Amino acid sequence: MAPTLAHWFDLFLHFASLSLLAVGGAITTAPDMHRYLVSEQGWLSEAQFTSSIALSQAAPGPNVLFVALLGWNVGLNAGGGPGVGWLAWGWALLGVVVSLVAIMLPSSVLTYTATQWGHRNRELRAVRAFKTGMAPIVIALLIATGWLLSATHNQPLRDWPLWLLTVATTLLVWRTRIHLLWLIGAGGLLGALGWV
Amino acid sequence: MGPQQPTSKTDLFLSFTWLALQGFGGVLAVVQRELVEKKRWMTREQFIEDWAVAQIMPGPNVVNLSLMIGGRYFGLPGALAALAGMLAAPLVVVLLLAVLYGSVAETPAAQGALRGMGAVAAGLITATGIKLITALDKNAMGLLVCVGLACLTFVAIALLRWPLAWVLLGVGGGACVWAYRVLGLLDAQKAKG
Repeated sequence: MAPTLAHWFDLFLHFASLSLLAVGGAITTAPDMHRYLVSEQGWLSEAQFTSSIALSQAAPGPNVLFVALLGWNVGLNAGGGPGVGWLAWGWALLGVVVSLVAIMLPSSVLTYTATQWGHRNRELRAVRAFKTGMAPIVIALLIATGWLLSATHNQPLRDWPLWLLTVATTLLVWRTRIHLLWLIGAGGLLGALGWV
Repeated sequence: MGPQQPTSKTDLFLSFTWLALQGFGGVLAVVQRELVEKKRWMTREQFIEDWAVAQIMPGPNVVNLSLMIGGRYFGLPGALAALAGMLAAPLVVVLLLAVLYGSVAETPAAQGALRGMGAVAAGLITATGIKLITALDKNAMGLLVCVGLACLTFVAIALLRWPLAWVLLGVGGGACVWAYRVLGLLDAQKAKG
């Protein structure tokens, strides 16, 4: 597929509109990105899409970087694949820039403007009510996220070591000041050795 | 504002780079540990407030949070410094991983390591939530109402798997209306003296 300006513009527009719909994080838009990139346009293979998500989860940093990897692969495909050489890498970088800017720009402008307003009007009863009312919800969401991450391991006989690791981590982070990198490292090591 | 503050935009950039690079399986737990517990740039209550806003606003949560924290100290340049710190180094790492992908990703050891790190990440985020519960003591709605709302949210999201937007709108909206009422009563009491 020869990449045209119109293609990149389409991609930008699509991601930019998803940006404003991404309440609860960029990952909530992943199903629609899949529909658009894989099913509708055929710009990415199924395997490329899945590995982009998995790699960004494995790497440090915000989850939104999965969008950068999607853009990377779209660009790489558009440039003819990694065999073509530096030209393909150039297209891949263009894909990263287009997709990341598109997914972040609209929501960031909105958030920045709204929070500056909220900060200037922090004495307003409505603003205080929002902060007071949302506090317990937000805390529950954190705990629910931890729960959902564990619930993907749903075979007790096989997965109990993973659960044990999660519970041990919870207790250690809650009760001690141990550095988080040690815990991540230990988790990776236990996994690599096949113990969990 | 918290008891401490970032000294410069460079400080912001480097701090956010460092915490982003620690954030395997999500950055939020690290933000709480580094910015609230270690650097003391914000209190637990402020962290919860900011995180609530970051969740409600569209867009990547942690990106929103960086913009808000950076913007509070140094305006738009601060917001951009924090955002750049959060994204630049991890972006390089993830692209390198993508280039190298294929040589190791299929091995059982690499997949096992991912699984182990995932289990730890689940623990980090749960502990972050548990640690923040004590911040509810100061909530104007009272501890009982807060715990009730938190349980409702947990059941809706974790057990019933309702969409986040509906839970935020339903439970969150109801909580805000209730808080508005409570705060109104408190303000009236204060005004009376």
